[in-house]
Amino acid sequence: MARLTRCLLALLVLMPLLAQAGGIEVRRFEDPVLEQRYDSLTATLRCPKCQNQAIGDSDSPIAGDMRDRVYRQLQDGRSDKEILDFMVRRFGDYVLYNPRLEGRTLLLWGLPAALVLVGALLVALVVRARRRASARRLTAEERARLDALIKPERTE
Amino acid sequence: MKRRLLLLLPLVGFLVLGGFLYQGLSMNPFDRDSALMADPFPSFALTTLEDPSRTVDESLLAGEVTLVNVWGEWCPTCKQEMPQLLDLADRGVRLVGVDYKDTREKGRAFLAEFGNPFEVNVFDPDGDLGFELGVYGAPETFLVDPEGVIRYHHTGYIKPEDVTQVILPEVEKWRD
Amino acid sequence: MLIPLIPEIGHFALILALLMAAAQAVMPLAGAATRRPLWMAYARPMATGQFLFLVVAYGCLTASFLLDDFSVATVADNSNSLLPWYYKASAVWGNHEGSVLLWSLILGAWTFAVAHFSKELPRDMLARVLGVMGLVSLGFLAFVLITSNPFSRLLPNPPADGADLNPLLQDFGLIIHPPMLYMGYVGFSVVFAFAIAALLGGRLDAAWTRWARPWTNVAWAFLSVGIALGSWWAYYELGWGGWWFWDPVENASLLPWLAGTALIHSLAVTEKRGAFKSWTVLLAISTFSLSLLGTFLVRSGVLTSVHAFANDPSRGLFILALLGITVGLSLLLFALRAPRVSHQVGFTWLSRDALLLINNILLVIMTVTVLLGTVYPLLLDALNLGKISVGPPYFNALFVPLTVILCVFMGLGPLAHWKRTAGRDLVRRAWLAGAAALVIAALAPLAYGGEWNLKVSLGLVAALWVVLPLVRDLWEKSRHRRGRLAGLRRLSLAHWGMVVGHLGLAVTIVGVTVVSNYAVERNVRMAVGDSVQVAGYTFTMTELGSRRGPNYVADAAHIRVQRGEAERGFVMTPEKRLYIARGMPMTDVALRPGLFRDLYVAMGEDLEDGSWAMRIQYKPFVRWLWLGGLLMAAGGILAVIDRRYRRTATARDPERVAAASVREASA
Repeated sequence: MARLTRCLLALLVLMPLLAQAGGIEVRRFEDPVLEQRYDSLTATLRCPKCQNQAIGDSDSPIAGDMRDRVYRQLQDGRSDKEILDFMVRRFGDYVLYNPRLEGRTLLLWGLPAALVLVGALLVALVVRARRRASARRLTAEERARLDALIKPERTE
Repeated sequence: MKRRLLLLLPLVGFLVLGGFLYQGLSMNPFDRDSALMADPFPSFALTTLEDPSRTVDESLLAGEVTLVNVWGEWCPTCKQEMPQLLDLADRGVRLVGVDYKDTREKGRAFLAEFGNPFEVNVFDPDGDLGFELGVYGAPETFLVDPEGVIRYHHTGYIKPEDVTQVILPEVEKWRD
Repeated sequence: MLIPLIPEIGHFALILALLMAAAQAVMPLAGAATRRPLWMAYARPMATGQFLFLVVAYGCLTASFLLDDFSVATVADNSNSLLPWYYKASAVWGNHEGSVLLWSLILGAWTFAVAHFSKELPRDMLARVLGVMGLVSLGFLAFVLITSNPFSRLLPNPPADGADLNPLLQDFGLIIHPPMLYMGYVGFSVVFAFAIAALLGGRLDAAWTRWARPWTNVAWAFLSVGIALGSWWAYYELGWGGWWFWDPVENASLLPWLAGTALIHSLAVTEKRGAFKSWTVLLAISTFSLSLLGTFLVRSGVLTSVHAFANDPSRGLFILALLGITVGLSLLLFALRAPRVSHQVGFTWLSRDALLLINNILLVIMTVTVLLGTVYPLLLDALNLGKISVGPPYFNALFVPLTVILCVFMGLGPLAHWKRTAGRDLVRRAWLAGAAALVIAALAPLAYGGEWNLKVSLGLVAALWVVLPLVRDLWEKSRHRRGRLAGLRRLSLAHWGMVVGHLGLAVTIVGVTVVSNYAVERNVRMAVGDSVQVAGYTFTMTELGSRRGPNYVADAAHIRVQRGEAERGFVMTPEKRLYIARGMPMTDVALRPGLFRDLYVAMGEDLEDGSWAMRIQYKPFVRWLWLGGLLMAAGGILAVIDRRYRRTATARDPERVAAASVREASA
């Protein structure tokens, strides 16, 4: 198969493995909603054969087969979740660009949210401390030190 | 002191990440297990490559540990893999082929030229069985236990050393 | 006579450059530690010498490409005698070996620039800065020479012709995108070196930030341009209308950009107010570390990406070791030397200080999120928890809301004063802009798309909220007895830089919002004579033919495009090419760019009855994405040419430095 040999060749000559988008097909949809769902499903399913492409962007035969399945199942009235489950049963979680929330992805989804909370807390703490610092009056000794520090800069 | 420890945090974070990256160097991101591991072999009803009038189904795999190899005439790696499959057949492993996305003439010519280690070949011209198996390229090899459950999956080329080091031990493991 | 020896001359020059980098690293650092001026004085001449020999090495490799010397492995694998000369020259960095050499050359150029525009820097500071840059350079040159020698030969049997440059790289985008990107990546080594030098010297006052700021802005501007160019290139060459894929390689460039954006803001706080000192040092280290991490991710093959360089474990290990040493030691130094007592610089909730703190924290959260999403599949795999993918839906779900929150504070930032702002004053200056942003954003989707759209309104309100308070502020600041123009002219360039940079982000947000919600895509079957309507344009195929290019053959279609009922129109000619040397098919899209919309036609498959599958797209406001990137970069540069910096010791004319480095890099 040309694709495979090309990949092998690529590995041998160590060239950058760039892949162009593909997968231009003419499909008929009676219902624009179905077409939208088709577009979004083919954009969120990852081609298992390719480097890093959605099945909607790939010329690889397996991506074409998967698009076919998505199309047929949409026509059969399956829900998005049913179609995604169907693909995961065969190809694993790897084909989901949108990882599901489960034990092992808790950190993935949770950390950013946790960081926002920690960040908010941090800002609150820092600003509180800084407010106190700005409210505090300088002692005479501190003022003298400050003047000494500032003066050389002024003469610059 | 507490603050000093806080300042160490970035270093700790980086070292953890670095450890993972180091481990990542020896992993192959393309090496993925089949999603069907420990699941029954998907049901199918297809004719054989040898005899268009004979229809077979998943019961074909029952009763004995079987190595199912998905191949096609269009697949250059399948040619390179053939000697290893013939070797496995010689060592008494039962092999069933799935001729994937092929034509009957080309598939038969392929076996005539490179040898036929398979007891029988399931003819899958549209790749439907392959799709059910989650195959995304050829060759791929599945080990099915006597109850018809998928126990081992090999993506891509079976190297000569894999025969004795990987495949045969797996076969032995699932034999009664 | 010397022509057959060009690769050996290049190789030799590279070795000399490595030796000079070693001298540049060891002598000045040791000199600064033991206070020996003579040793410290090595820094500048060694930096110059290193750069000179890198230019020679790079020139030799370019000469080998131009002269079709296929006995050089890199040339044989990535060039071809039929390739036009300008692609031969850019093929130098279209592969792993050459691109690392370019990386090193650019590092040499930045070092050279620092050496020559920092004459007024304290002697030990300059010695340390150049010493640290020498260390980084030493690591990379060793990497080039040991694992990725671009000059290795295929002797005694060189191939008759080369394997050709990957057709995807035979493009204007490739000529300029990598050099710009590397200028940015590598440019962050300067601020990194300043931060490390400050830690080493124990002088963590605001002085180092004042010297490092212009360099950081310039590097950040280059990176902005590089990312914008990469997105543009992907748009017309790789993605067929997609402009950002959250691919690991793209993320690798976004990470230092996000951290760098936080850095240029925190540098401002440290310089002006003396606050956030440790934080700024940490950001400086992190930004360059993320540049290095990006290099590792792209070149080691640990992540699957559309455009990863094919992997080689020994190279991966080398870069990881380099990364570990550089980042590990820096962070260790940081932990040991960062100021123990935080200086209590006071400010209140409603102050520019507090808003910039929030900005920094949000940008860091965004950086961590992108990093987490990028490496998470690797983490799970390493822990044997299975293989998953993290793609655009994840990144969009987190990045978009974070950006919106960032914009909320961005709108207020420029209005607030340092230290404290009276709440009533802030409200007085912001309410009108806020109200206008809300009203315009609410009505715009109705006027543009015909129906209300929450996502569009949200995007627009974020963008307008960033811009309108700035406009209001300019209006107020421009009051002058000799008219508004005089008032505007009175504003400092640094202020203009901020205005233009923020405007750039708003422009990008508008582009993203509109193109994501109003783009139209149709896949159609077309034969000669067929017509299709897309977004008010009529596309008619008038001709199908074939064409021969210098190193390819192509099927080409002529598509006549008319808008509405208009008679007048134009012709678009998409092509399906087959590159001869590699036997590789390529789609060459036809683009009709415009400020408010692009039209985009790509040829798919021959459907074998005289018709072709065609993809026709209408992309409104897509140019705004990259226009915004260019504006952000312009903002960064404007801030640098502010007189305030030219007066100070560091960079009297950093623009010229930058221009010179670009010339050198693309020479």
